[in-house]
Amino acid sequence: MRILCCVKRVPAPGAKINVTADGLAVDAAHLGFTTSPHEECGVEEAVQIAERTGGEVTVLTLGAADAAEQLRYAASVGAHHGVLIQTDGAAWDPQRTARALTAAIESLEADGGVFDLILFGNESADSGGFQVGVRVCHALGRPIVNGIKGIEVDGAVMRARREIDGGFEVYELSLPAALGVKEGINLPRYPTMRGRLASKKLQITTLELDADIGEQALVRLHRPTETVSQTVILGDGPDAAPAAVDVLEELGVL
Amino acid sequence: MLLVVLEHDRGTLSEPAREALTFGRTLAAKLGVEMHAALIGTCDAGPDQAAAEAGDHGAVRVYTVAHEVLSDFGPEAWGESVAQLVGALEPAAVLACGSERGNEVIAQAAARLDCPFVANCTDITPPAGDSGEWTVTRIQWGGSLLEDATLVAAGAALLTCGLHTVAAASVEPAGAGPPEIQAVTVDLDAELARTVVKDRVVLEAGVTLPTAPVVVGGGRGVGSAEGFAPLEELADLLGGRVGCSRAVTNNGWRPHSDQVGQTGTRIAPEVYIASGISGAIQHWVGAMGSKHILAVNIDPEANMVVKANWAVIGDLHQVIPAISAEIRRRRDRP
Amino acid sequence: MSEFPASAKCVVIGAGIVGNCLVGHLTKLGWSDLVLIDKGPLPNPGGSTGHASNFIFPVDHNKEMCLLGVQSANQYRDLGLSVDSGGIEVARTPERMDELQRRMTSAAAWGVEAQLLTPEEVVELVPFVNTEVILGGFYCPTVSVVDSLETGTVMRRLAVDAGCRVLANTEVLDIGTEPGPNPGDHTVTSVVTDAGTIETEYVVIACGVWSNRLANMAGAHIPLVPAVHQMADVGPMDILAETGNEIGYPIVRDMDTFCYERQTAGSMEVGSYAHRPIFHHPDDIPSNEEAALSPTEMPFTPDDFDPQMEQAIELMDMLGDAEIKYAINGLLSLTPDAMPCLGEVPEVRNLWSAAAVWVKEGPGMAQVVAEWMTFGYPRVIDAHGADIARFYPEERPDEHIWARSAEHFNKTYGIVHPAEQWESRRNLRVGPYFSRQQDLGAFFFQARTWERPQWFESNADLVERYGLGEREVEWDNRWWSPITNAEHLNLRDNCGLVDLSAFQIFELTGPGAVAYADRLAVNKIDVAVGRSIYTPWLTPDGGFHSDLTMMRMGPERVRIVTGVFDGGRDEFWTRRHMPADGSVSFANITDEITTLGLWGPNAAAVLGALCDADLSQAGSPYGSLVEVALDCGAGRRVEATLFRISYVGDAGWEIYLRWDDGPAVWDTLMRVGADYGLRPTGGGVYGTSGRLEKGYRLMGAELESEYNPLEAGLARPRVKAADFIGKEAYLAARQAGDPEVQMCVLTVEDLHDSRGRKRYMQGGNEPILTAGGERIVDSHGRVSRVTTAGPGPSVGKHLLMAYLPSELSAAGTELQVMYMNERFPVRVAGTGAVFDPDDTRMKS
Repeated sequence: MRILCCVKRVPAPGAKINVTADGLAVDAAHLGFTTSPHEECGVEEAVQIAERTGGEVTVLTLGAADAAEQLRYAASVGAHHGVLIQTDGAAWDPQRTARALTAAIESLEADGGVFDLILFGNESADSGGFQVGVRVCHALGRPIVNGIKGIEVDGAVMRARREIDGGFEVYELSLPAALGVKEGINLPRYPTMRGRLASKKLQITTLELDADIGEQALVRLHRPTETVSQTVILGDGPDAAPAAVDVLEELGVL
Repeated sequence: MLLVVLEHDRGTLSEPAREALTFGRTLAAKLGVEMHAALIGTCDAGPDQAAAEAGDHGAVRVYTVAHEVLSDFGPEAWGESVAQLVGALEPAAVLACGSERGNEVIAQAAARLDCPFVANCTDITPPAGDSGEWTVTRIQWGGSLLEDATLVAAGAALLTCGLHTVAAASVEPAGAGPPEIQAVTVDLDAELARTVVKDRVVLEAGVTLPTAPVVVGGGRGVGSAEGFAPLEELADLLGGRVGCSRAVTNNGWRPHSDQVGQTGTRIAPEVYIASGISGAIQHWVGAMGSKHILAVNIDPEANMVVKANWAVIGDLHQVIPAISAEIRRRRDRP
Repeated sequence: MSEFPASAKCVVIGAGIVGNCLVGHLTKLGWSDLVLIDKGPLPNPGGSTGHASNFIFPVDHNKEMCLLGVQSANQYRDLGLSVDSGGIEVARTPERMDELQRRMTSAAAWGVEAQLLTPEEVVELVPFVNTEVILGGFYCPTVSVVDSLETGTVMRRLAVDAGCRVLANTEVLDIGTEPGPNPGDHTVTSVVTDAGTIETEYVVIACGVWSNRLANMAGAHIPLVPAVHQMADVGPMDILAETGNEIGYPIVRDMDTFCYERQTAGSMEVGSYAHRPIFHHPDDIPSNEEAALSPTEMPFTPDDFDPQMEQAIELMDMLGDAEIKYAINGLLSLTPDAMPCLGEVPEVRNLWSAAAVWVKEGPGMAQVVAEWMTFGYPRVIDAHGADIARFYPEERPDEHIWARSAEHFNKTYGIVHPAEQWESRRNLRVGPYFSRQQDLGAFFFQARTWERPQWFESNADLVERYGLGEREVEWDNRWWSPITNAEHLNLRDNCGLVDLSAFQIFELTGPGAVAYADRLAVNKIDVAVGRSIYTPWLTPDGGFHSDLTMMRMGPERVRIVTGVFDGGRDEFWTRRHMPADGSVSFANITDEITTLGLWGPNAAAVLGALCDADLSQAGSPYGSLVEVALDCGAGRRVEATLFRISYVGDAGWEIYLRWDDGPAVWDTLMRVGADYGLRPTGGGVYGTSGRLEKGYRLMGAELESEYNPLEAGLARPRVKAADFIGKEAYLAARQAGDPEVQMCVLTVEDLHDSRGRKRYMQGGNEPILTAGGERIVDSHGRVSRVTTAGPGPSVGKHLLMAYLPSELSAAGTELQVMYMNERFPVRVAGTGAVFDPDDTRMKS
């Protein structure tokens, strides 16, 4: 089984995110980078499916050369191949990103055959456009369902679960197909030391391709005005229990 | 005309649909156009109820779209329907709420129309004159940052408004009666049934940490594995789950699956009762999605106390059992 | 949530292990009206304490670091917040095995239980160690793992219960000062925070990696840099989880890879001091809100850690398959000389530093600072090595801090020789003869910032003449040359010229100068103009603060000459105690005056060729100052002050010259001296062999605040009438009778080790043992150890100095010294000189 997982490298900020002076990016001077969390789960899911079905996992990302770190990270937890669409690192709009990914996937499939399963993250942690996977799949003519928190592959058919109030919906897709997965679908493993060391040997395929710019353009990023909440002290010790329960009652969780 | 895509479950309008209509009223006013709504797919009891509700929220016309592949929700079928509505009705903009379904459906429509889609807007300004350039403010980083962006739309602008950006509200005073209902025909390929909901499973019981409406968290201050019993009891009373800090799993008092934090689970309960938790950043990152926080801590300067909405200053070993006892007392009350 | 305090007696900034313990110790010592501030939340405000690995290896070669580590470990233990996990330093190389022998020696010195293990014995304690990569281990059963956050909380509560106010989530924006009391002084007045201003008498900066930024607010410096120490938590592993404990196996320090493996419950923390130095400016550390984890848990840079992973897997194979759950570039504090920054900062009165302190020594160092603030000097231990006043101005810029910290970071687990020299930041301060000395092949040692020739390659011919040779073992020979012994013998036979430009020279002037000088010194300074006095300065408790020379230059002028290692501390002490009535002025004239030492049987003849003064004992008696004009040829006459004194045991002078006149005098003396066997002579003779043969004590080695002049053998028959700092304690000590210990010189009777090699003790705190091999400890817990070791070329013995209990200090007493974990026989020579004990050579 050939599985492709598309990931995005994003900064790992704290509770307060600073923006660069020009407002066009997150100030990552003192930040680490990580794989966008939904996609980290996507990699884990892909690796688990590959482990169960004897498949191979390819991880694809688009970004500056640094984004290779996320491909290595994926390799350190079990992915087999890494592909980088190398850009100058500037933020690309969703349409442009989708066009480039589509071209890359078409090229990879032309060389190595169709991917039975393509996994996207439901949305990226940073820009949160909620559309790249959908656009790519439409261009590829492949079905996709988002918000997935459970996958079972049974031969050429795949059942996928999506959470709704009080339960979940089930979708049944014939392969090849794609899914947008969400955190909670699994608990991603951490790389082992040996995995990390092995990942340094990963041969990364670098694709240089560009795509037409879309019609949505970033003007500037800014922080929302903060509402500073003052902590209400309900009291000291067990005597404060009735006040605490009043609060729970108000919140409707009693 | 502004077209609002209604999110509903086989005829029952959802809260996000009402939010979209509420948000849409303002946008329609800015555009100087009427607000219409699209009710896509099967309504078990007919469209009247949903349409009436849409009317209460400001929609002056409701388009119903029926088709055999629209028997239940399917992102591709819904997206294709929206795309065809755009072609047929030529709205100035299409709006849905940025819920899971809303964003997915509009993304599907945008892909089909090969036009831009801006998700999770908090503010939308239509083009001035004939520029065709919309100005929007939208959510990034889950709300930690906002993005000002421009959108150039040759035809309809496809947009969603951020979930809970506005509170749903019907028109006050009530408007001009029920909206006009107009059936619209769409031409859908049977292949689109491939992504329609196949089955639904209702969970009987057993909430999970990420979905629990209440999480009772314990930190180093709990002191031992046995010390978690009162927390378990309170969580059970509230239909919630017990979570813990990294110090706790490091001490082997709880399994890693209970760990809330950077290296554990991120939670988003209605209320997080954080007891004996100092609020180390590592933990905070996992807990900050909580809608409300009630801290129980012996130290009034603890980070978790400072960040909480409410706090009880005191020893959790006394306070938590007292809260449980109070809940039981109230429930037993006739 | 309590009301913001408008004023306080003392504001402690920083609620990490140090700040918390400090308010606790101050409270115990009777302080009240304290305020503790931190910009972060409690109990973990986000500093280095929050991510510390929290273990204490109690053995260090350095006395201050070792004893304060042990002291701290005991404080954690007393609070019940510590577990003795034990710890093993494993060796992969023969050099490290030698170092472990040296560790055993230091363990014996400080009384820490330790033993050497074979690889098989290591595995008995830590079954997952791969014996194939190690040669042995150094096991310390009292290695402990502590709960630093809880300890801080307990100490803070102790203070809070006594009224200390705690302001968490409150950021300090400025530290206010005012000029005075003397010209050039500044005194702290307030702390400005984002929640208001606190008027205060004292401020203590205990802000870890942020400390220098805080000090800068007051115009002061705390020379440290926030540096990355990488660590990764890997796990879980069943063998660890099965212990059911936070720590069940001894901590392993993989010394040769600069790495450690420390169990944390079911996981293993792998920490590294092997990666490239990674420093951050304090302004570049993110705030609590901006940081992904905490401000001092910076993003992990895995490329830097990969080599450590490979090495860790080599040592413990199971680590390879464990998951890396948490990895950080943790910040800690490094200083230019790898010692902490404690004490009042010299730039601002009542502004104190308690910084560059790690969890392993936090409680002890907090106690040091609390005692210092309370009693005027620490009591628990002499802390001169950590005294922030030790730094010279050249040691305070970031350029210096970063360069030195970069150089020593990878030596954290390194094998560092006691005489090891720095590679970076050399030639910061040089004497006026520097280029001449370079031409003579001088091998320079750096004393803080000053370059001093240790020996001259140009004297290599003397080695052959005296039939000398290299030392047999490379370690003993490192940073040493037989030339130094040759220069010594030549000085005794002929004469030697020593560059003493690094002397730190101050002058007190004004109507109160002499009286103030008398207040500082034990010995009487109010003597005839033209006399000089060698004298101790005492701490208020009567121990040594300084040991130096004071010269009555005029009716209202006193010159102070002190050694380069103590110049900063002595200048600060002098300025700090000066009367505020304007009666005394202070000047540092180090840069104006250069000093040459000329000693040996031919010294008078050489100097006599340059001047007409009566250089006989009668005309210029020992201790006198004589103003002369030196004839440097071509009609050039140079004014000089001749001070007849000797630190090397032969007659001669310290010649004080204007800096610019120095080279002419050097050249003339070298030219004239050629006929008298004059050789340039290095610090090896001046500071070690010449001094040792005469039994002269050195500040910082023999002389520390833990010892008084009676014990050091420097008490005079009578005590002067005038009051002086430490007088009361000094009088009490005299009244108490004979001192319990006495400073002695010992001779090593057989240098051969068990392998038949001659070994030479370095003076690195080697323990003196009884003939039966027992440690020697006095009733104050002070241990008999080597304070200085070196050759005595004129007496043909390797010489040691050590304090010995009176019953063991009689000449001829046979004892042992431990060196490299072997014992060598030594004999007490006495409390004074082993060479020319009657000083006939010096005073002839």
